Amino acid sequence: MIEPVAIYVIWYREMIKFVRSKLRIIGAIAMPLFMLVFMGFGFRRIDVPGLPPEIGYFQYFVPGIIGMTLLFTGVMVGMVVLVDRQFGFLKEIMVTPASRVSIVLGRIAGGATTSIIQALIILGISLFMGFRVSGIPQLIAAFIIMFLISVIFISAGLILASRLHDVHDYNNVMNFMNFPIFLLSGALFPLVNLPVAIRWLSFLNPLTYGVDAIRGLLIGVSAFSLMGDFLILLIIAIVMILLAASAFKTGEVT
Amino acid sequence: MDAIVLEGLTKTFGSVKAVDTVSLRIPEGQLFGLLGPNGAGKTTIINMLTTLLKPTAGAATVAGFNLSTEPDNIRRHIGIIFQDPSLDRDLTGRENIDFHAMMYGMSKELRHQKIAEVLEVVDLAQKADLLVDQYSGGMKRRLEIARGLVHSPRILFLDEPTLGLDAQTRRRIWDYLRSLNKKLGITVILTTHYMEEADSLCDRIAIIDHGRIIALDTPENLKSGLGGDILTFECDETEVDRVIAILQDISGASSVISDGMKISVVIPNAERHLPEIIANVQAAGIMLQSASIKKPSLEEVFISYTGSTIREENGSLSDKVRSFTIRRMRQ
Repeated sequence: MIEPVAIYVIWYREMIKFVRSKLRIIGAIAMPLFMLVFMGFGFRRIDVPGLPPEIGYFQYFVPGIIGMTLLFTGVMVGMVVLVDRQFGFLKEIMVTPASRVSIVLGRIAGGATTSIIQALIILGISLFMGFRVSGIPQLIAAFIIMFLISVIFISAGLILASRLHDVHDYNNVMNFMNFPIFLLSGALFPLVNLPVAIRWLSFLNPLTYGVDAIRGLLIGVSAFSLMGDFLILLIIAIVMILLAASAFKTGEVT
Repeated sequence: MDAIVLEGLTKTFGSVKAVDTVSLRIPEGQLFGLLGPNGAGKTTIINMLTTLLKPTAGAATVAGFNLSTEPDNIRRHIGIIFQDPSLDRDLTGRENIDFHAMMYGMSKELRHQKIAEVLEVVDLAQKADLLVDQYSGGMKRRLEIARGLVHSPRILFLDEPTLGLDAQTRRRIWDYLRSLNKKLGITVILTTHYMEEADSLCDRIAIIDHGRIIALDTPENLKSGLGGDILTFECDETEVDRVIAILQDISGASSVISDGMKISVVIPNAERHLPEIIANVQAAGIMLQSASIKKPSLEEVFISYTGSTIREENGSLSDKVRSFTIRRMRQ
């Protein structure tokens, strides 16, 4: 029951809104941007244990910030659903004959597009700051990884939004979720520096594999095998889509 | 054929029965009204029939499709105008309708033609390319009606369609709904707590209170069911009992009620009886301070069934709690 037209319409609406709401774009990438610029400059000469000697901290750090951007902007999609609920527009979507699965896929497609655009803005700025990418084919392959990361966290946001009906509750849970996921993903420092017990949490964190794969592709350094990262992300992404679709199937809308 | 059939439809929110075993048949082409105070359960009924809420018990068919097994088919054949605004304020009026039409899988040519048509009907063609954020309340409502129609539904649901609109806009929307119903044969189901709206617009009305249908008929039958017009007199309080006695002797008089200095009686063709009553009262040496005749309205029908007026803001505490609970749970 997948209707391409419905997916397209919801994606298209997201694009129109994205282009029109400059403030939302700025708001969503403000945090990663500050981290990139201030921490990037501040820590550029720092010596972090666990880094390969030929890799400077800034090279290590940029893929982590790209992962962070995808996480933060992805989880925001759930917030958009709640705002739609608040303004009554969610009801309008839900009474159309489009299947719930198509609606969820449309949300994911729209959210992934805007998330990846924002991640590219961050990547572009980091190139100006001296970040070096290993090559164009690797960059293209990194898009696939970025897409999978987006799908995972957008789905998580959608599942949350189908259960929490209050924007403030959502915000609280989002803050509570975002930072551990970000900090335990190896985005800022190699996971070998963590105590073993906490490192296990990192292994349960999908962003760990996402950041690792982006790093492997963009700077040629990764902790796990690229294929392993990819397969883990792919499986989690599929499971999350199915969970999100079923969350919207069973949840009542009004 | 019946457009809608409800059989024992029930919805409970926690311990509150918002809709309590409602059974109802609405034939195709009817302009049907659900009339009742806030919190009576009208919106809950609409939300269930439009597949947004799952009934706790009971069954229903909408446009010939089973509510619990064929919700997707139902959605394809109905249009809904919600009580609360449901527009995307970041999009223009035209984009809102176009978005909706695309969701129903309409082709580009058909969309183009139908959108122009519905915008013309609600008189928004000139403003279609403004952001909805810049629309007035009445324009938003009209846009929602246009949107609800663009996919040519067989049944149109409207939840308090004229809530918060000025009298002029309200009348235009009434005219418009009437013409939709008569010209296109669309079955229209609306909820309202405005008596005049139900009276002047609907072919048939269900009066709902505390989740139950307490009366179901045409507005004319409901009103004539009251047994006549309402005559109201005012006199000195000490004389009230004697006036009541006189009124009870008039042939055809029913339900004599007194409230302080006021006495009212229901009587058919009140204007014919008025001279006789006044003569009898004067013969008894009682001075009347005023007399008035009121043709029955749905307001009186409502009072006669529920014992309270629909507009009463100071409803009982349990009514308020009920209304509040339903509202919260619906969010």
